[in-house]
Amino acid sequence: MTLDYLMTLSIFAGINIMLALSLNILIGFAGQVSLGHAAFFGIGAYTSAVLTVNLGLNYWFALPLSVLISGFIGFLLGLPSLRVKHDFLVLATIGINFVVVSIFNYVQFFGGPYGIVGIPRPSLFGKTFDTFGYFIYTMVWLILSVVFVIYLSKVYLRYGFEAVKEDEEAAESIGVSVPRYKMYAFTISGAMAGLAGNLWAHYMGVIFPENFAFPVSITILTMVVLGGVGTITGPIIGAVIITLLPEILRFVQNYRMLIYGTIIVLVMLFMPEGLMGYIRKVIKR
Amino acid sequence: MNDPILVIDDVSKRFGGLQALRNVSFDVKQGEIHALIGPNGAGKTTLFNIINGFLKPTEGHVYFRGKRIDGMRPSAVASMGIGRTFQIVKVFPEMTVLENVLSGLGMDVYDGFRTFVEKPFSKERMNRAMEILESCGLSDFLDKLASNLPLGLQRKLEIARALATSPQLLLLDEPASGLNDLETNELRELIFKLNEKGITILFIEHDMKFTMNTAEMVTVLDYGEKIAEGKPEEVSKDPKVLEAYLGSGEVAESR
Repeated sequence: MTLDYLMTLSIFAGINIMLALSLNILIGFAGQVSLGHAAFFGIGAYTSAVLTVNLGLNYWFALPLSVLISGFIGFLLGLPSLRVKHDFLVLATIGINFVVVSIFNYVQFFGGPYGIVGIPRPSLFGKTFDTFGYFIYTMVWLILSVVFVIYLSKVYLRYGFEAVKEDEEAAESIGVSVPRYKMYAFTISGAMAGLAGNLWAHYMGVIFPENFAFPVSITILTMVVLGGVGTITGPIIGAVIITLLPEILRFVQNYRMLIYGTIIVLVMLFMPEGLMGYIRKVIKR
Repeated sequence: MNDPILVIDDVSKRFGGLQALRNVSFDVKQGEIHALIGPNGAGKTTLFNIINGFLKPTEGHVYFRGKRIDGMRPSAVASMGIGRTFQIVKVFPEMTVLENVLSGLGMDVYDGFRTFVEKPFSKERMNRAMEILESCGLSDFLDKLASNLPLGLQRKLEIARALATSPQLLLLDEPASGLNDLETNELRELIFKLNEKGITILFIEHDMKFTMNTAEMVTVLDYGEKIAEGKPEEVSKDPKVLEAYLGSGEVAESR
């Protein structure tokens, strides 16, 4: 095991943590179950790739733009949540995932099935990030994201989300506009997943539609569910486990979906509140 | 004291072919305890849902302190000063008792930028929450999950959460249903106490004894129409009301 390998793994873990935390804002905070989260991840990655490769924009301009655009598209894709709830919303978000991937696949501008290649690494003070530089860069964003999510969980926004999650009518009765809070959740979650997508695209240097397909959404969901929906440590731990699992157990690589599926089923059956929920219960006893 | 705080003006509501409310008009006066009664399916809850914005009237209007509120978002109606509880109790089950009340105290911040900066656990809000919980007899259960409370306490908590929004008018939908005699008496005490503080109360109730002992004014609905209105003792003698309740004998008994 080289240091490069460990740093690469940490970068993936960091990006996955950001994805899990952003999905957790939707599912765990606001109760809006999405099975299409890879779409937001992809939108962030493609936006930044298009801006830098196709339009030749500097990375540091593309970064805020890709986050803003992801947030805005999160807002747009959240609109169905105002009309449909529960299982119907789940189906709608799966549909959104397929539509977004199809657009990447069939629209020439996005490179089609060959994706976008030659996505530049960012550079700072004339020095292009090597693996170590990118590792530090990712960790900075990771820490900022974690702090951001902890902050959100301490202000009234979180109570608004929780109210919407637990009872929409009761939420309205205390002055929480349910549509407004659903849109907050989709926008914030989309922007954060978009940032993860940006980091991923500029590390990999090449992206394909397949990178953001439905199975990736399931993978992100597995991280959240395994760790514990609605907590903050849960999605972090879940993301780390799911990132490391295929590295530690090589065979997992080939049976990824089988194993993630099994994890979801087992967690739902035996510890529906995830690892963190389970640990908390054990401590309380 | 005698200005109407709430005016129901010729409100009708149709659901497809079903006429849930037909030309209902009445006033709730500032500071009064007003009951809305009637047999099952009379349209009482429908009217509540029109007042607080869950439903739009097919015809007619609702005015609160002179402002038209029908057609407004429920959250906006809540911000204007109308709190409510629900027939099937709707506390936030996964929040603690304290958090439920703190969630209500956020009403002034939910709609603006302050929701991103204001913290529920500020000293000022905590003090206010404790005050409300104390007045509702809930201070012993602060850290209990709302879902773990017995129904009587859940109903009180629902009122406490509504109080946290500082309402001028409180709508209570069957607050006594499912409560035992002791709990019902406590509820009545609480309603009187809130009313003394200047909160106008409009409640729906099936329990006639509770209604007659609590309300100053009673409006009776039957099949979506107002059939009587007046002081409890007048209403309970009204032949139309007796007829509507015929078979249950409840009105006669409670006299």
